[in-house]
Amino acid sequence: MDTAFIIETIVKIVVILLIFSALAGIGTYFERKILAFMQRRLGPMYVGPFGLLQVAADGVKLFTKEDIIPTGVVAKIFKIAPVITAATAFMAAAAIPFLPTFTVFGYTVHPIVADINVGVLYVLGVMAIGLYGPLLGGLASANKFALISTARAASVFISYEVITGLSLLAPLMMVGSFSLIDFNNYQVDNGWLLFSQPLAFILFWIAAFAETGRTPFHLVANDHELIDGFGTEYSGMRWGLFFIGEYANMFFISFVMALLFCGGFGDGSVAGALALLGKVAFFFFVFLWVRAAWPDIRPDQLMWLCWKVLMPLAVINIVITGFVMMF
Amino acid sequence: MEHYDVANPYFGVFLLFVITFGAFYATTILARLASRALAAKDTEKIKLSIYECGPEVTKQPNRISTQFYLFALLFLLFDVEIVFMFPWAINFKLLGWFGFVEMLMFILLLAIGFVYAWKKGALEWHNIK
Repeated sequence: MDTAFIIETIVKIVVILLIFSALAGIGTYFERKILAFMQRRLGPMYVGPFGLLQVAADGVKLFTKEDIIPTGVVAKIFKIAPVITAATAFMAAAAIPFLPTFTVFGYTVHPIVADINVGVLYVLGVMAIGLYGPLLGGLASANKFALISTARAASVFISYEVITGLSLLAPLMMVGSFSLIDFNNYQVDNGWLLFSQPLAFILFWIAAFAETGRTPFHLVANDHELIDGFGTEYSGMRWGLFFIGEYANMFFISFVMALLFCGGFGDGSVAGALALLGKVAFFFFVFLWVRAAWPDIRPDQLMWLCWKVLMPLAVINIVITGFVMMF
Repeated sequence: MEHYDVANPYFGVFLLFVITFGAFYATTILARLASRALAAKDTEKIKLSIYECGPEVTKQPNRISTQFYLFALLFLLFDVEIVFMFPWAINFKLLGWFGFVEMLMFILLLAIGFVYAWKKGALEWHNIK
């Protein structure tokens, strides 16, 4: 292994970390603005032009807040849980090609950290590990709200993982590869998978809301019942890391959806790259739009939807895809 | 876009693992140092106790309703099935009719287990009364 490769990989990782940490902050700004406009309010508008410096003000506040570790919590696990959430969210970035290959000063850059041939499985697996953040944080808090939130988080995440897995099986049968780059190339020749696998796309999209813990599946930290769920006991930057993890997860799953179902960056031209960013922005906007438009559902409805509606649909989709491909 | 051919593709994953965990752990340590230097300190007993809406605070034993364990068992069952189905899906065109019929039988067995769990009420949300 040569030094140039190691340095290149480290640079790529640092760039991804900085960009997506910043995007998580700007994402909260857009969320507040969009929710405000949908409710005929103005949102943040006093700090800086259009309230843009609100993000920086929030960051300073989170950083300088008193770091409270309540008596009675299991301190070691309590401290490591937010780190796990944020880090596992960013680890999903390894197998995602963010842009097509481009050349800077005669040096070809591949904007993918690790081009592994099991990319889809890797992303699903790392997102599943993200469960350990809420799980350990909630159990270590010794708080009943956190405990209920933890139990819900575990049941929601593991139930909807079955849906993500099953819904991706049908596109995998058509493409025949786990690599996200192969998915992109397949769609250049054969059209978007969104049109040949609409049911799989909708199932995956619904499961994405559950996997990132967004409304209408925001039962994990449902404000009116559970205070802030597993984050109740956290303050300052530790709580902020849970937040960064959640928003980074939203961005990465938007990238995955755009690459898997919506053509990705196409043939790799500049227009294709801009189209990919536009698709990601659209998916991120829909996350916020749904939050403004839909109420939360009950935990029993969530389980009903997962096991009795989405799972049979996903299995039927696999069987139909199989028959269509055989004939 | 063509693939990025390197000798050890998983090395990037390892580096990402080390750097993200290191960076975020360093963030919490930095935040702790900053808050020690700048934030007001208050060691009042009730403030440092676990959050509660009024009643006296008791440490919660980590007991969760058995309902959640049932879902965990169902998850184990179905997720293991899906792990079996991933390699089949990748080689679907290669295996042809033989693989497809095999998988249909596999899905049939899965469906029998699923219907059994449904009829037994494992998918309902039981009242704890």
